[in-house]
Order: sequence, then structure tokens, then C-alpha cells
Amino acid sequence: MVGKAQARAEAARLVAHFRAAGAEEVEADILQPADTLLDLYGEDIRARAFVTHDPLSGERMLRPDFTVPVVQMHMAQGAEPARYTYAGEVFRRQENGEGRAPEYIQAGYEVFGGTDPAAADAEVFALIARALAPLGLRAVTGDIGILMAAVRGLDTSERRKAALLRHIWRPRRFRALLERYGGKAPVPPARAALLASSDPLADAPPLVGLRGREEIEARIEALREDAALPPLGAGEVALLDEILSLRGRSDAALGKLREIAAEMPAVSKAVDGLERRLEALERRGIEAGALAFEASHGRTTMEYYDGFVFAFHAEGRPELPPVASGGRYDALTAVLGRGRSIPAVGGVIRPGLVVQLREGET
Amino acid sequence: MSLRLGVPSKGRLMEKTFEWFGERGIRLRRTGSEREYAGAVEGVEGVSLVLLSAGEIPRELAAGRIHLGVTGIDMVREKVPAWQDRITELAPLGFGRADLVIAVPAGWVDVDTLDDLDAVAAAFRKAHGFRLRIATKYHRLVREFLREAGVADYQLVDSQGATEGTVKNLTAEAVADITSTGETLRANHLKVLSDGLVLRSQAMLFLSNEAQWGPEEREILNGLLEKLGLPSGGADAAVRHSGAITKS
Repeated sequence: MVGKAQARAEAARLVAHFRAAGAEEVEADILQPADTLLDLYGEDIRARAFVTHDPLSGERMLRPDFTVPVVQMHMAQGAEPARYTYAGEVFRRQENGEGRAPEYIQAGYEVFGGTDPAAADAEVFALIARALAPLGLRAVTGDIGILMAAVRGLDTSERRKAALLRHIWRPRRFRALLERYGGKAPVPPARAALLASSDPLADAPPLVGLRGREEIEARIEALREDAALPPLGAGEVALLDEILSLRGRSDAALGKLREIAAEMPAVSKAVDGLERRLEALERRGIEAGALAFEASHGRTTMEYYDGFVFAFHAEGRPELPPVASGGRYDALTAVLGRGRSIPAVGGVIRPGLVVQLREGET
Repeated sequence: MSLRLGVPSKGRLMEKTFEWFGERGIRLRRTGSEREYAGAVEGVEGVSLVLLSAGEIPRELAAGRIHLGVTGIDMVREKVPAWQDRITELAPLGFGRADLVIAVPAGWVDVDTLDDLDAVAAAFRKAHGFRLRIATKYHRLVREFLREAGVADYQLVDSQGATEGTVKNLTAEAVADITSTGETLRANHLKVLSDGLVLRSQAMLFLSNEAQWGPEEREILNGLLEKLGLPSGGADAAVRHSGAITKS
């Protein structure tokens, strides 16, 4: 078992490594306002974070990550471009006895602003890869932006695209929506009856609660419009499926995505971005073509990643969490910045795991 | 040493539990005054009765302070994280049947499924500026159910009683509550989603994997199970799984 003192010493080394790359060291409060995190991540965060109560300011959460407070701090007072590093405990509730630590140290590096996202992505990845190089870890990369671009490019209504984008991070829901819009799932009987009725509100039971009649009417109208739309083209769905299941070396994935882009021009820009990132990684001394690429990587984490994503795993140790992970989260800054958005990318390392692996402990 | 059996200390659940054991030749009864929570067991050797609030029985089982306990399936699953590791279901008792369901206003003619609820939650948040509120006391069960179903943009608000009234009182838009006939829901102008069944619950005899299971306790258990007409296989496995031999 790696002691906290060892993990802390390793974290300090990592922070020094990030400072040498030009980062300013910052701190974040352990007690975070719960409402911000709940609004961002939804009710699921309650299963993952420790909630506590402040008699005056209400619900608080023990910091489940540094990303949100660092983004908030930067948006309140930072000038761009900016690089930050930090280290400290994060707290993750374990409800299902997975045997993972509820409290551990993270050391991180975040880059805000700048005009070259591919270069910033490569900078973060390469810096973390260099810090972890002696451990011989396996890196996996992905790009949620390509999937999002494919959804935005579908030949269907804005409403359907918005629903799909809303559930990008919930693969099963996303799949169910795709099947419905593709005409593969049958219309539920209650929905069919509603659509068949000329005046569904005619004999409606008395309405209670805050959601008003006009909201119900608006939804029925939206459902009628949706029912009148043609299903998604089989070709489009097939291309989307190809993207979703794409995995392999980055150079091969890029080639495949180029072929897909020929039929689905909407992803071209995102694929260009991938190519630029691979070039930027090469310039940073990473053998980018050989990097594992999975287009669906990062979809099941609760983070707000919407572009480049990556993780470093210990080979042959599937029981261990990733030693490092990160990605681009421009959308998160838009939510926290109330409309003002900043390009942002970052990653975290678990120093405790680094020590454990380095010392060959099991 | 004796086997501690935890039973609800009052109400219908207590009476029905006493009845169930009574039908199988084991007499459970309260002793002392009306207000004193003491009890006795007749018809089997070595079992002592522990009268507890039904809501506390899951915790006592999980901690291993009682060997056996009677409470609702809903109570154990809500209150004990990773309950399967610590508690074993021995026998459903056939009473205390109730369903934990998600219900919305009956006037929501556009909503019948979780899929609808999810879509409405997104629109509601946009229109009202906060996440759609679901009132419940079953936070863990409901949250896990909605996560599995991929419902987003909702929030759970705590309601320890009169939950069906929260919608009318404008403190929630929907509820997740226990119902047996659905009458209270209907009276409050609510309807159950067609795929909104979170859990089918009833009273259950549970065994604690965490309790002290020495040779003596196991012998008493076998005697009790035989008397109750229950197979000993499941209990055996649970008791062995708990590492009882090394503990005793």
C-alpha cells in the first residue's frame, strides 16, 4: 500500500514538471458548492461525490475533481492563454463496493485559450506522457468532437440532433434514440394513440403541478412534427455506426475517417482537426500514428469532454483505474461561463498509482 | 449463544410476521408491558427475538448485529450499499407487497414512458431554469433506476411522507413512491409511467452474512430452517461465504 506521504511527494514532483512547462500553481477549496456540480453533472454525481451540509451556505460537496473550480477561477480572473497546475485530494464515493479508494491525490495540468487547439491537445498529452514514460503505460485516445460533428451533420431536424447530442455521454440512451429516429423501434402504443387523437387534451384529467397546459401542447406539437419527419437514412446511420465502433491505430483510423468524410462531409473539419493533432503530437516527439484510437473513448465517463480524450492504463492490470486521463472540454467552459466559452484542455495523474507501479507493488 | 432474529416492533408488519412464524409452529410474542420492546420465541431452541423499527433492520443486518431479520425488500436495497455482499434473501413472506413506481400528473397526456419523462425533463429545465423535481424517500433506488434508463435533467427532492401531495403543492413535478393499489396516486391526480416500475417489494426473511456464524449458530439456524420448511442451501452458502468458520 502506498502511503499518502509518498503520493504527496510524487505529486510535488509532477507539479514541478508542469511548472517547468510554464504552468502557474493554483489551489482549490475542498468544499465546493453542490448546486454547481449538480447542475453540471446531474443527480448521478450524488452517487459519486460526498455531500455535506454547511449551516449557512447549504449543500456542499467534497471536491470530486479540480476541473470545475479551476475553470471558475480562470473565468473570474484569468488572462489568456493560461496554464495551471495543481495537486491535492479528490473524494469519490464508492456505492457498489468496487473496492476503489474514496480519497486519493490528483496532480493536474490545464491549458486555457490559445488559437491552436491541436497544439494545446498535443502539449497536454505529451507532457503527461513524458512524466509517465518510465512506467511503460498503454495510451488510448479518442475524439468526441468527431462523433458530435457526425450527429450535427445528420439530415434531420434540429430537435432530433439536439436530443442525440444531449445523450452523447449515455450510450444506451443514444442508441435507443438512434433506433427510434431510424424507424427501427416501433412507436409505443400510448404515443401512437396520442398522435392519432385530434384533440388529446379534450378529456384530459385535471392537471396538477407546475408544468402547464401550454407546455404539454408545445410537446404534442413537437411530437406531431417529429412523426411527420422521414426516418434517418440507413446510409447515415451506418456511417454513424462505423464511427462509433472505430478503433485501431491512429493512422489507420484517420484513413478510415477520411473515407467516411467523403460520404459525410460534416465530419471533415473534425477529421482535419484529428490530423492536425497527430502532426502536433509528432512534433512533440510522440509516435502518433501508432497511438490507439477509439472513437467512442470517453463516452461513459461523467466528464464534459467534447473533443480530444485520452487515458493511460497499466498494461495487464485491468483492475486498476487509469493512471492518467484527460481531454478537451470547451463545452464545460461555456456552461460555467454563462455563454462565454474558452478553449480548454487538461489532464490529471494519480501520483499514488505512479508510485505503486514504479515500485512494482501489486 | 443464541441466534438473534430482528422483527418489526409494531403495526401490521409485526402482526403479519408473527402470523407467518406462527403458521410454521414458531410462536413469536411481545413480553412485558405494551410499551416495552421485549419479546420471546417458543417452538425452537436458541433463538432470541429483537424488536426493531422496520427501517433499522437493514442496518442491523448489514452490521451483523442480528443474524436474521424481517423487513421489506425495498428497505434493504435502499439502505444497504452493495447489499448482496452482506445480506442474503432467505424467503419471501407473501405480505407487505408494494411497488416502488415513478408517477407523473395524470394530466400529462403526452407522457407515458421514461423516454417521455426524459424529454419533458429537458424541456422543463429550459422553460423553468431548474431540473425537474422528483419527490421520493428512495433516493438510491430511484437514482440507479433513472441512470440505467438514461434519464437526465431531473433532481430528487426528499419527501419522507405525504409524497403524493408534493406535485399539487408545487414542490415537485413527479414522485417516486411505494404503492400497493395505486389509489392514493389516483386520488392525487397522478398516474404511473408504463415502464416506471422501479422495484416490486414485499416482506422478506433476510440472513446477515456478517453476523457471527459459529458451529452453534449454524446448528440453531439449521433447526430453525427445517421447522420453517426452508431449504438450507442458500443459507449455507451465505454463511460459508461470510467466512464464518474463521470468525467463530
